[in-house]
Amino acid sequence: MSDILDAKFGDRIKAKFADGVVVEAGDLVEVMTYLRDAPDLKFEMLCDISGVDYLEIDPKKAAKAGYEPHLEVVYHLQSFQYKKRFTVKVMLPRQVEGGGLPAVPTLSGVFKIADWLERETFDLVGIDFTGHPNLQRILLSEDWEGHPLRKDYEFPLEYHGIRGR
Amino acid sequence: MLGLTDPTVIEFDVRTDEMLVNMGPQHPSTHGVLRLVLRTDGEIISEVTPHMGYLHRCAEKVGENVTPIQFIPYTDRMDYLAGMNMNLGYSLAVEKLCGMKVPEKADVIRVIICELNRVASHLVAMGTYGLDLGTFSPFLYAFREREMILDLLEEVCGARLTYSYITIGGVHDDLPAGWTDKCRKFIDYFRPRVAEYHTLLTTNHIFVKRTAGIGVMSKELALSHACSGPMLRGSLDKSKGDHAWDLRKIEPYCGYENYEFDAIIPPFDNKPDGSVIGDCWHRYFVRMLEVLESLKLVEQGLEKYRTAQGSHRIEPPRHLHPGEAYVETECPRGAMGFYVVGRPGKEPVPLRVRAKSSCFNNLSVTDAICRGCLIADIPAIVGSIDIVMGEIDR
Amino acid sequence: MGWLEGRLEESVVTTSLEQAINWARQSSMWPMTFGLACCAIEMMAVGAPRYDIDRFGAGAFRATPRQADLMIVAGTVNFKMASRVRRLYNQMPDPKFVIAMGACTCGGGPYYKYGYNVVKGVDLVVPVDVYVPGCPPRPEALLEGLMRIQDKVRGMKDLTKGQPIDMPIPVRTGFVSLPEELRTPELANAFAVRNKELAKPSKA
Repeated sequence: MSDILDAKFGDRIKAKFADGVVVEAGDLVEVMTYLRDAPDLKFEMLCDISGVDYLEIDPKKAAKAGYEPHLEVVYHLQSFQYKKRFTVKVMLPRQVEGGGLPAVPTLSGVFKIADWLERETFDLVGIDFTGHPNLQRILLSEDWEGHPLRKDYEFPLEYHGIRGR
Repeated sequence: MLGLTDPTVIEFDVRTDEMLVNMGPQHPSTHGVLRLVLRTDGEIISEVTPHMGYLHRCAEKVGENVTPIQFIPYTDRMDYLAGMNMNLGYSLAVEKLCGMKVPEKADVIRVIICELNRVASHLVAMGTYGLDLGTFSPFLYAFREREMILDLLEEVCGARLTYSYITIGGVHDDLPAGWTDKCRKFIDYFRPRVAEYHTLLTTNHIFVKRTAGIGVMSKELALSHACSGPMLRGSLDKSKGDHAWDLRKIEPYCGYENYEFDAIIPPFDNKPDGSVIGDCWHRYFVRMLEVLESLKLVEQGLEKYRTAQGSHRIEPPRHLHPGEAYVETECPRGAMGFYVVGRPGKEPVPLRVRAKSSCFNNLSVTDAICRGCLIADIPAIVGSIDIVMGEIDR
Repeated sequence: MGWLEGRLEESVVTTSLEQAINWARQSSMWPMTFGLACCAIEMMAVGAPRYDIDRFGAGAFRATPRQADLMIVAGTVNFKMASRVRRLYNQMPDPKFVIAMGACTCGGGPYYKYGYNVVKGVDLVVPVDVYVPGCPPRPEALLEGLMRIQDKVRGMKDLTKGQPIDMPIPVRTGFVSLPEELRTPELANAFAVRNKELAKPSKA
């Protein structure tokens, strides 16, 4: 499957692994639309979006952690017709110059479920999905601070008068 | 936005105002702490906005801080109606990451236990669906049989609801002596009872009136919302060539390929008048037929258990392997996925645990299928999705 | 009962008004349908045929807090839900009672350490009368909790405005008869060792 993508997109595919590819954030919508619509791929179901925060907070271990600090957004796709799975990844920096969250274009125009899954990823991991129609927190309350699944997240001590520890 | 050509817009002489109705989080028919905000005009719904997060328990954060074996009890508490199936999903994901091969005996026990738990879960789904629609007696009958299954499971692992029985590398204990006979006896007792449920609920005139033709979901809608489980199977049509979408069939795990069973998809011969494929009645009926298939699987599993080789459990490795694994299993509510990312160094704690919830995807379709129906249909539709909030919010 | 004793026929029972009110109140505790999480399923099991909470007069689960006397907080309360719990408690008519069911409502439970969003005990939000520990508690445990609430009601002195007794005296209490292999500590120890031996994994 990666070969079909290779033929179509050439060197815009940044890396390949077993049943998956890594693409740039800018190419994401195009690649996903192709994966959904191409007659020999037909990945119609977007099962899951997960954000992974690669960061070692312990400074002793950080030197030999084996990765640079970065964020990954992982899209798990499934094909109803061909019963296959496919993974698409996007690599992002942890911090954006000038503040703000790292951004990925939204897929809510391609898959309907992406609306909710992206809201959840924004809520917990802190990734901005540009162009999303309603990017609000979905699990935590609206006035929550921080994104809990970042490794450097600090637990709240108090929330609206309720002790947190 | 609703246009004038939309058939759901009825023009009245009297002008009515749009109204926002809040339903939940404390509401008996939202199955937990789901909150729905309904935009209505009179009785007709124009928009449903589900709000969740009232049971967000930070399971994914816990998962990145504890070892896989320590995380098993938290998976129980996600979908608390089918704890065994949750244990299985996470165990399979970690086993895939570590490249472990589980002995045959452990696989057989896993299948038996998971299918029993599926039956228990579908019984609750049926009982509470009856409660939502205003009938109390199916609930009593369903819980009578469910208690028997819980007794069996309790004998195996000591807990009634949160089992933590299936762990990394197999199952925690072997089946106790004499358990298989009790299980067979239960199946012989239980099988005739299913007909009782059909008499009580499935063919009940009021029940049919309230579910047939309500909340119709097309296959395309289900796929674009990545629905799974009975929710998706209720919308498929065998006569149009859709294959049976059951992960136990298409991506067999735990040796499901060696068992004989059917994945249930419509059309059904005995569907009532007015019922169309993809409505609440079909979703409910798929679950009821799955109960019988699960019983078949348990029987075959008991037969295989007699000759199964190997131990019930093997020692898991001390460290997780680097890399990542994504495994979906067929839980009573749909495809539950676990995504485990190991650390590059030799560490016992995973870098990231992601639980992909099937109910989360199933619930996202609510707005699309509730538009244009009446307020009284909302419990029928939400009940037929069969959500468990613990799994949605994690 | 002083001078009244023996003056009436045998079919008449004499009591004080306060005791009669307390008796009626304790035998018709109406709980609120307030299932939050896993414990709600056990709460449903208590209402179902085998455990049957109706035997204690507490089977009428009310959907609205305004008709309920008893709030069984069954399941984890998180920060988003906490204000709702408080509001529901305020909506209940006096006298009202709260059972904290399960480890999460007693004190955070398994989510104590890493649960950034979990209230560490529902007593930070509403006052609690009886704690029922367990994850989830067995239905028998919840029934025991209900009995303790009934004990508390029996000690109430609404009419005479007296102080309620500090520790209610239980009238009914559970007695667990252990199976033969757990009868003495030595036997139980041997049983546990044997079981541990059986559950050992084989080498990969």
